[in-house]
Amino acid sequence: MGVLFFELSLTFYFAATIVSVIELFRGSKATSRFILIFAVVGFVFHTATIVLRYVVSGHLPIVSLHEASSFYTWCIVLVFFFIEYRYRLDLLGPFTMPVVFILMLSSSVFPRGIRVLPPVLQSSWLGVHTFLAFLGDAAFAMAFGIGIMYLIQEHHLKSKRLGGLFQRLPSLQLLDEINYRLITLGFPLLTLAIITGAFWAESAWGSYWRWDPKEVWSLITWFIYALVLHARLTAGWRGRKAAVLSILGFLCVIFTFFGVNLLLKGLHAFV
Amino acid sequence: MKIIVIGLNHKTADVDVREKLAFNGPKLEEGLLRLSELQGVEEAIVLSTCNRVELYACVKDPEEAYGAIRAFLSEYHGLDGPSLDRSLYLHVDREAVRHVFRVGASLDSMVVGEPQILGQLKDAFEFALERKTTGMLLNKLMKKTISVAKRVRTETKIAENAVSISFAACELARKIFADLSGKAFMLLGAGEMAELAAKHMMNFGVKSVTVANRTYERGCELASEFDGRAIPFEEFLKEMVFADIVICSTGAPAYVLHREEMQRVMKERKQKPVFIIDISVPRNIDPEVNELDNVYLYDVDDLQGVVESNIQERHKEAAKAEDIVEEEIESFEKWLFSLNSVPTIVALRSKAETIRREELERLMNKCPELGEKQRKAIEYMAAAIMNKLIHPPTVALKEDVEDKDALIATIRKLYALNGDDEENDG
Repeated sequence: MGVLFFELSLTFYFAATIVSVIELFRGSKATSRFILIFAVVGFVFHTATIVLRYVVSGHLPIVSLHEASSFYTWCIVLVFFFIEYRYRLDLLGPFTMPVVFILMLSSSVFPRGIRVLPPVLQSSWLGVHTFLAFLGDAAFAMAFGIGIMYLIQEHHLKSKRLGGLFQRLPSLQLLDEINYRLITLGFPLLTLAIITGAFWAESAWGSYWRWDPKEVWSLITWFIYALVLHARLTAGWRGRKAAVLSILGFLCVIFTFFGVNLLLKGLHAFV
Repeated sequence: MKIIVIGLNHKTADVDVREKLAFNGPKLEEGLLRLSELQGVEEAIVLSTCNRVELYACVKDPEEAYGAIRAFLSEYHGLDGPSLDRSLYLHVDREAVRHVFRVGASLDSMVVGEPQILGQLKDAFEFALERKTTGMLLNKLMKKTISVAKRVRTETKIAENAVSISFAACELARKIFADLSGKAFMLLGAGEMAELAAKHMMNFGVKSVTVANRTYERGCELASEFDGRAIPFEEFLKEMVFADIVICSTGAPAYVLHREEMQRVMKERKQKPVFIIDISVPRNIDPEVNELDNVYLYDVDDLQGVVESNIQERHKEAAKAEDIVEEEIESFEKWLFSLNSVPTIVALRSKAETIRREELERLMNKCPELGEKQRKAIEYMAAAIMNKLIHPPTVALKEDVEDKDALIATIRKLYALNGDDEENDG
């Protein structure tokens, strides 16, 4: 059942991505509606997958890399729906669904077996720490998509070539504002995730901070987003600079997520 | 009865001819009434705008009507025949219908896709309607034209992109700022172009206006027009820190704003985006200013470029609109054809025939006991009643009477002979 739901969800995210590409080249009301419909259906199956896995394993399914990237994808789609509902941005889907699909696809290639949770990880911190981290990272993923939209629109306006997506992309001010909001949402979540992680580490491994690669890269990510917020408030680093930094920040998030687990083995590596 | 269009537009006549021929103010009523009273003219509508003067009419003989109308125009407006002949065009039947559809859909406009023409057309129609110079044909034509125009508007992007410089500027502003209300606006120089652009911006709800002009008095004058505030020209850099949109047209021979100065301004306003429109020739703002982050500088050529590419877009969309027009001409012609007497007689007879057959069947089913002889008698009677009832209208339809179209329409209405398409597009 769970496997079937997972595949269905992946299929619908794929369909949403295909329609997204069409939307970019010849958009219409129909294409943007289909992206949303496919995303919603995919999300429903996705939710069912996660719930089923939770029931079977008895803990939040974020232990293996397969589960973690699936859950991360789920959080991104959740934030996407929120932004879509709140702002009804044109072309948001095409800049989100490909990311969603790629993450879900990568989840599908990792081993899918349900592992028994090692005793050190059996703690209520598991849910709190990871949920905060993933939700924060999901906000950063959306800020990444919005940042790319900003750069494209800014390029149109600066180069004075106003064809293509110019008419349909939202205004710079709105994109910049949403980017800022997403980072002010993601940053405290990331901060809390690091703090709760430290407490959990203390109770599981006996020390708050051990400089394992995941911790280091989370800290680097944290500094990048701290820089985005700080420079914005003091030096007026908004617009293009903020967009570039939020793209850079998301690359760090992805590296922390996959790179650290696959390349640099540490305590944090998913089982 | 034939539908014709006689008129001239910006393509066939210069502005001085169009001016002379225009039906302005009281002339419109008088002209319309006199035109509709001309020999052979049954229905008439006069459309008079700055780009076109057109008469839509239903006439018996187009050539004859053309002569009469041309003579009237020449006498009424004091224009000699030859200069009229050079400008006037005459469209008949299908061509006339196509022309009216294209005018309404703004395909024949100087700026393709501009929306005013439909309103002007509606006004002209209503004006004629109130003075009872129209009839069934023109009423139908006008209603159809309005629905064609709406279809074109919704199914193509013909009216989407801005095609004037000041509108293009507003559109750009709305892609930089989410919402223009509450934005501070500054005029550098108080020329006429600046004033025009300012008016457009104000329509979008821009908040405060500051005017910096070399002659302070003129600045004050313009500022008061927009409820704004004038400042001495020398202080404009200080004020630019607060301005989100700047329109510059000082007429200075050299740059008045350079990259370094703008950089300082941006630092002071914490990099909040600013949209600068330099409409002065020669340019007053160093183009390098555009390279700064969050500064968007457009000069006249840039705006002109935007406008031109938008116009090209519109022409692409116009091709789609032409297809819609052709489709709608077909449906209008179908309606026109239904007004002929022959199809009306056929429709009337077949309707009566259907009723007769149905009623007979019903009776036979109810009374199976009837013998062959009775059946024959009843069938004979039904046919006789039917024939006697439809005989008078059939004869009337075959006669050559004055108001044939109206008669046909009446008969179609009384006997409910009109198909579905009649009600759909009113």
